Amino acid sequence: MLCYLTTGKHMAIYVSVLVVLVLLAITAVTALIFGFGGAMAARSRFLPLSWFGKGYIAIVRGVPDIAFFLFFVLALDIGFEMLRHGIKCPDWTAPIWQGNDFVVCPEAKLPLGNAPQWVHETYAFFLAVLTFSIVFGAFAANVLYGAMRAVPRAQLETAEAYGMTHRQTFWRVLVPQMWVYALPGLSNLWMVLIKATPLLFLLGIEDIVYWARELGGSKTPRFTDYPHGDWRMWYFLALLVFYLAFTRVSEIALDRIMRRLTHGQATLAGEAQRKAAT
Amino acid sequence: MSCWDTIADYGLRSLGIGERLLPRDNFTLCQQVTLIGSGMIWNVYFGTLAMVSGFFLATAVALGKAAQSPLLRKPSEWFIFVFRGSPLFIQFFFAYFLFLSLKQTHPIFEPFTAAWLGALIVLFLNTAAYSGEIFYGALQSIPKGDLEAADAYGFTGWNKFRRITWPTMLRLAWPAYTNEAIFLFHATALVFFSGFPAWQQRGDALYYASYFADKTFNPFIPYPILAGYFILLTLTVTGLFGLVNRRLNRHLPQQSRSKLRLRPNLLR
Repeated sequence: MLCYLTTGKHMAIYVSVLVVLVLLAITAVTALIFGFGGAMAARSRFLPLSWFGKGYIAIVRGVPDIAFFLFFVLALDIGFEMLRHGIKCPDWTAPIWQGNDFVVCPEAKLPLGNAPQWVHETYAFFLAVLTFSIVFGAFAANVLYGAMRAVPRAQLETAEAYGMTHRQTFWRVLVPQMWVYALPGLSNLWMVLIKATPLLFLLGIEDIVYWARELGGSKTPRFTDYPHGDWRMWYFLALLVFYLAFTRVSEIALDRIMRRLTHGQATLAGEAQRKAAT
Repeated sequence: MSCWDTIADYGLRSLGIGERLLPRDNFTLCQQVTLIGSGMIWNVYFGTLAMVSGFFLATAVALGKAAQSPLLRKPSEWFIFVFRGSPLFIQFFFAYFLFLSLKQTHPIFEPFTAAWLGALIVLFLNTAAYSGEIFYGALQSIPKGDLEAADAYGFTGWNKFRRITWPTMLRLAWPAYTNEAIFLFHATALVFFSGFPAWQQRGDALYYASYFADKTFNPFIPYPILAGYFILLTLTVTGLFGLVNRRLNRHLPQQSRSKLRLRPNLLR
């Protein structure tokens, strides 16, 4: 059994667990940045920018997100290739859209047709991260926008009374205080993000779902030293347990962070902590 | 070929009625709208049946989680934890392969490997867990006074539950439950991407949308069509749930009636 679980191909599934964790780490950060940008745009006093921010937040509602995932990967790919096409080969005359075919000049292909395998994989991964960030950025923007509005008005008015400019008020008063209001929403988002990672499979990444299907399928003695029947069920059970453990651990960790953040805040929970301490 | 012919040929394609072959080239807008709309039949089927059947299990699970006896409480807690803590996508895969290996030993599981039953069961259990948690939360926040008043009037047992506890629980849970219903309908789009095969290319809306996107390498037509259909579906669900909400709140004074507030949808 142990021999079986350490074959060369099995290393691939362990690596793909790492891929998932890397994706989570990168996406969490970029989505937060996207979300912050979106929320700032929505709050902006410049009307078109505010429309843009609100539109970005609103557009992800009402439609299944999986459709967005499928859509953005193709759309981004097309967008990048058209951009490179315009820059790299300006004297290309044939139309890009030829019926049902999308043709750009060979130099504009992304990744280049003769690039090694790992470049293709990295590019696919990059597209996936970008897609995840755009979709989750919209959710994060919504949460942060709500949190910014939840900070008591009096705090901002006090800051203005002290003569702070609009920008100073935003960075020194609003942003430090909004996190405690944003955290419940953001931790919910984190849970959703964890549970969205298997969708990587749909974006054509060789992730854990892919490998679980590959490795679990029945193997005949002809091709491998470790033949077995159809074990895919057990592989997916293992994935299920992995995700359960992951969400549980995150839940506990986020609870801790929340307790830290409420410390010294002018909220009900903060008051309760203060009273408990004395 | 006019658009009516296309609708006649492909309108029920997702059920296997009509033209056998999907269009291969020269896709018209009409074909895309018709086929994707035909796929919506499956989304509505999965969503509605899972919602209706899940409702009863959710009530049971919520009561179980609120029960005193650990014999009832622990299983309910675990049920909710397992289905809420793991991705629906993985649940689909696991269930599919589980049914597949059960089929080897017990031929009775044959229909379970098809999407119409297998995926429905997963969706049913999943929505039961999510709405069970919502109902549990509502059950915990029933005003104490309501229950005391029921006691004072001499309501007990089943009568008290049927006339006081349950309607109040539903009333409090309804806005969140509406969101859950919308999630559920969106989650139905996952079915044919998660192991369950689309037999003879009878798929749901997203299946056809991605078919067109793959064939034309142009996501800008099929996905917005899909989005349009889903927005319509969402509006319909919201409207229906709004009617129920009005009925649940009809005894309250005008100001204190809770409005349905839709929050942005997250996937699970």
